[in-house]
Amino acid sequence: MARFLPLGRAVAENLRDGDTAAFEGFTHLIPTAAAHEAIRQGFRDLTLVRMTPDLVYDQMVGMGMAKKIVFSYAGNPGVGLLRRFRDAVENGFPHPIEIEEHSHAAMANAYEAGAAGLPCAVFRGYRGAGLAEVNPNVGSVTCPFTGEVLAAVPALRPDVTFIHAQKASRRGDVLIEGIIGVQKEAVLAARRAVVTVEEVVDDFDGLHPNLTVLPAWTVTAIAVVPGGSHPSYAHGFYDRDNAAYLEWDEISADRDRFRAWMEENVMRKSDGDFASRVSHLRKARR
Amino acid sequence: MSDAKAAPGFTPDEMMTIAASRALRDDDVCFVGIGAPSAACNVARLTHAPGITLIYESGTIGTAPDVLPLSIGDGELCDTAVTTVSVPEMFRYWLQGGRISVGFLGAAQLDRFGNINTTVIGGYGQPKTRLPGGGGAPEIASSAGEIYITMAQSRRGMVERIDFFTSFGHGEGGDHRQRLGIHTKGPTLLVTDLAVWKPDPVTREFTVVALHPGVTRDRVAETCGWPAKFADRLEETPAPTDLELETLRDLQARTKAAHARNRRQEAV
Repeated sequence: MARFLPLGRAVAENLRDGDTAAFEGFTHLIPTAAAHEAIRQGFRDLTLVRMTPDLVYDQMVGMGMAKKIVFSYAGNPGVGLLRRFRDAVENGFPHPIEIEEHSHAAMANAYEAGAAGLPCAVFRGYRGAGLAEVNPNVGSVTCPFTGEVLAAVPALRPDVTFIHAQKASRRGDVLIEGIIGVQKEAVLAARRAVVTVEEVVDDFDGLHPNLTVLPAWTVTAIAVVPGGSHPSYAHGFYDRDNAAYLEWDEISADRDRFRAWMEENVMRKSDGDFASRVSHLRKARR
Repeated sequence: MSDAKAAPGFTPDEMMTIAASRALRDDDVCFVGIGAPSAACNVARLTHAPGITLIYESGTIGTAPDVLPLSIGDGELCDTAVTTVSVPEMFRYWLQGGRISVGFLGAAQLDRFGNINTTVIGGYGQPKTRLPGGGGAPEIASSAGEIYITMAQSRRGMVERIDFFTSFGHGEGGDHRQRLGIHTKGPTLLVTDLAVWKPDPVTREFTVVALHPGVTRDRVAETCGWPAKFADRLEETPAPTDLELETLRDLQARTKAAHARNRRQEAV
């Protein structure tokens, strides 16, 4: 059953060195505050799973927290490449990382298989694709009814999944709206789930009956962090900080500048600082 | 630059986007790649194909953004969509389920058979440049009814051999797709800043079928890393109409203003 906790405790109690952790979000609702808290607490040897590792994975890789990345698109969305991730893959800095690379279809299916309690996901994919040759976790199965050969990948089952959502009710149900990505599957596939939310409301009474809601008993911990997905956005709350994504391209290009930025903007800050980072983006919407 | 001079009134990039937009039909259901494909798809929607269904891999179906999204998951796409579904549903029901008529992709590296690399430059194990990777493209390339590709010509981009098969086009040519059990058409169109290319019906090698206004064969050949082939009857791409050009420029101006807005507010 979901417990409301300060973010520091929610992260400390649910993430461990060596864990397989997913900080999910598909451009929208990236759990930045949770990732920054994990960086401050200095976890090591993490296997980081995410379809679209972006700035927060670049930051965790650059800070030396990752042993392995499981992913399907490692880019700064709309801007270009991830420079700390590249430095690790191309130059082994700050240390070499292992990569397990998939297509989006494979990752999405693998999370769904995890949520469905299946050992693997089966789909029509990877035909003629180079990833099938370099990733030993791409296999195949033959349909017993038609004989069609289909791709298979192992189910994703993170030790812990972190997501950001718009709202929690007082009893701990979680509401996600807008581009919902793969967050529901990532939560249901994981052993533990930590959710940061923009706000807490009394209940979800009177809302549309088909909204994406994660019941309180599927969530381990909830932390209230307004602005917690900056520089991505929270639909209905604040816009995407496109300028921050463009700036990251320059900050991350240089090892020293990256360290200095992390020191100033992550290590010496707290989750309480996120609200002010989105204040100018709220005005844009309302 | 010389091309812009030869064809006054519009740039090679504008010609590319507009020529690409013309390939889309009103009844198409198009899976939109980010960047150049996104501009072309929205120009089509705002000109000759108002009924087109544009789908971005973030789950937005039937989206009609007023400005071009910076990422495939911008809120504008969701706000204007007919419906927004989860990413697993997008890839399972809509793409794998065979509901997409056209996949519109860009490319970092492309070969003459429409195979695309967006994964690595150099070897996979020790890459010279680690690119973002395939994202949705490997399955778009095999599950969408057909594939349109758009990219600016350069010898670095259009190469003899791609370093990695991110998305399978026609492989080694001929019936290679069928031999792998891929039953969709694959790449049927390549629109560059200089020309329109279509695959040869037998070999499947991309062949120039139309040159953009003011572009020479030599210019196309020297900016392509493989020996370019030309159709016997070479046409000239019709120049952009006033409506097409105005639509594209308005879209880009709105986009620029919208994406600069954050910075101004931050400065205040």
